[in-house]
Amino acid sequence: MLEICNLSAGVDGREILKGLSLSVAAGEVHAIMGPNGSGKSTLAGVLAGRAEYAVTGGSVTFNGGSLLELKPEERARAGVFLAFQYPVEIPGVNSTVFLKAALNECRKARGEPELDAVEFLSLVRQKTRLLELDPALLSRAVNEGFSGGEKKRNEIFQMAILEPKLAILDETDSGLDIDALKVVAEGVNKLRRPDNATLVITHYQRLLNYIIPDFVHVLIAGQIVKSGGKELALELEERGYDWLLEAAAANEKT
Amino acid sequence: MMDTRKQMEDEPAAAPDAFFPGELGPGPAWLQSVRQRARGRLGQIGFPTVRDEEWRFTNMAPLLQWPLHAAQSDGRPIGPAEVKPFRLAGQGHCLVFVDGFFRPDLSVLPGRGAALQAGSLRAQLEANPRELEQHLGCHAGFDTHYFTALNTAFFQDGAFISVPADAIIEKPVQLLYLAASGRPGAAVHARNLILVHGGGSLKVIETYASLTEAAHLTNAVTEVSLGPGARLEHCRLQNENERAFHVAAVQAVQGRGSHWLSHSIATGARLARNQIQTLLNAEGAEAILNGLFLARDGQLMDHHTVVDHAQPHCESHEFYHGILAGRSHGVFNGKIFVRPNAQKTNAKQTNRNLVLSENAVMDTKPQLEIFADDVKCTHGATVGQLNGEALFYLRSRGLDAAQARRLLIRAFADGVVERVTLAPVREHLEQLLTARFQGLER
Repeated sequence: MLEICNLSAGVDGREILKGLSLSVAAGEVHAIMGPNGSGKSTLAGVLAGRAEYAVTGGSVTFNGGSLLELKPEERARAGVFLAFQYPVEIPGVNSTVFLKAALNECRKARGEPELDAVEFLSLVRQKTRLLELDPALLSRAVNEGFSGGEKKRNEIFQMAILEPKLAILDETDSGLDIDALKVVAEGVNKLRRPDNATLVITHYQRLLNYIIPDFVHVLIAGQIVKSGGKELALELEERGYDWLLEAAAANEKT
Repeated sequence: MMDTRKQMEDEPAAAPDAFFPGELGPGPAWLQSVRQRARGRLGQIGFPTVRDEEWRFTNMAPLLQWPLHAAQSDGRPIGPAEVKPFRLAGQGHCLVFVDGFFRPDLSVLPGRGAALQAGSLRAQLEANPRELEQHLGCHAGFDTHYFTALNTAFFQDGAFISVPADAIIEKPVQLLYLAASGRPGAAVHARNLILVHGGGSLKVIETYASLTEAAHLTNAVTEVSLGPGARLEHCRLQNENERAFHVAAVQAVQGRGSHWLSHSIATGARLARNQIQTLLNAEGAEAILNGLFLARDGQLMDHHTVVDHAQPHCESHEFYHGILAGRSHGVFNGKIFVRPNAQKTNAKQTNRNLVLSENAVMDTKPQLEIFADDVKCTHGATVGQLNGEALFYLRSRGLDAAQARRLLIRAFADGVVERVTLAPVREHLEQLLTARFQGLER
């Protein structure tokens, strides 16, 4: 589904991703772990199409097409979804109006008929239950006045509505207490299907107790330095990143 | 290359009589003396130039090159079909003025014996001038305002509305000013007087629009007097053609515990100068000044507001939003005066501007002069672009860039539109703004 090949990218002339390669197949959950500054959020931003990142090398293929040539909205319509680390508050833009417009754009791109207001609201009711999200929040402006936990749940709720093929969760666990974390993880798990894939980007292993990854990759200094199964996350929890940082530094010298 | 601004400044201001020849407008002896005083002021004030602090950004000089003349009917018949698209008040009353002339045949007037009085100011001056004497020309100061003085000296007609004590008028009254002349340079000095007596309540919509593309000047003055506990929602909609010059002065004088909700929505004219002012003249008076302008290529939109807290325990809330596209220019100047005895004043002013183009310029200046010590006054002014992170967020969910921009521009305008309680006006603004936003999203 997703083929990242030797990807290099940076911001303001500073290279952050330095030849990153990763392959994600349908039905899989991959976790990207790494210390602060290793390039995790850059990877999420590059995949979603953030303009501030310049891709300097490599390629990203998504379902057979080149992802990097697409505008952010074209990526969304093709089935890429980014759950933001810091969802932005957008005063004056009603959550429901926005999400209905977004869903119908995605449906149009998939060749499906647009949903009318009644169909959309019944979908919303069903999905808010899944995320234990107060439906009253959706009559408010996008993320405005939402608590940290509500914002993150709202991200996963939007994901549930849009049904992406590839979901990228950027530090979705940050700022969540354990109960909210369980709700969010539960939501993600319920949305797992054989035909979609999830990329979980996280600093801590904690989230991976609830979203069990098939693969864990360690990102250090813009490269994946180690990959393994879910047990790698536990090892990182126990030993920290230092042993890998040292190895990476030694590697760089040679 | 010659500095054109310099050249303009050095030009002598034209004498008012040359600028505007003609007899003083009609009215009884007391009004004639007011008119004479006003005409006398013209020479002393002088035609405003960009050297005057109050007109620094708003250059009226092009008017002096116009073939200005008092608007007259050019013979083209204007009937109900031309008026209908501008009618907003639904079942309410409507006073129609074509090129400044009252058209009772196109108007919907209150019946005889109705509590509400609404009709031609000129007719009222002929029939029953007594009630007018203590209001007309007394509220809108012309000592330093050239265009208000011009209006006071020369106005021919306008609307007179009076709500008796404790009368609640549910249906809005619309004042519809249509510029119909095809001959460039027609000038109309429209004069409105709105009286809401103690405990009365009224909603007024002032609409200014053009039926042709010819350049014209509207110089409108509206005086508002609110008695104790009176309430007025006053909505000014200016959508004249983009060759027009529009100068407006609104002056309210508020009694004890009165409430004035003022909206100024400007989308039209090449140059629009709006002076919106209120005098909070007795305890417990409250004013909400709500404003929105949308300027596109070639337009200048200027709002000067004055909230004068003359008495204690009054409140004012001011929200002005500007949206600038293309090569446009916005000006906001918000004065708040708190007089020495106006303790416990609560005054708040917000001016937010959204600049959509590199070629647009916004000049904003809050001006607070506070002479009392136990007061709460805040102000804030911002000039910014669309939030890039919000744009990316919307696009990352599947909206294209134009849709995302439109949503954000719309949200910015809606903050002001939502304060309008009149549903027909809100619906009209929805359509107007939606149409106007087409093309701004890029």
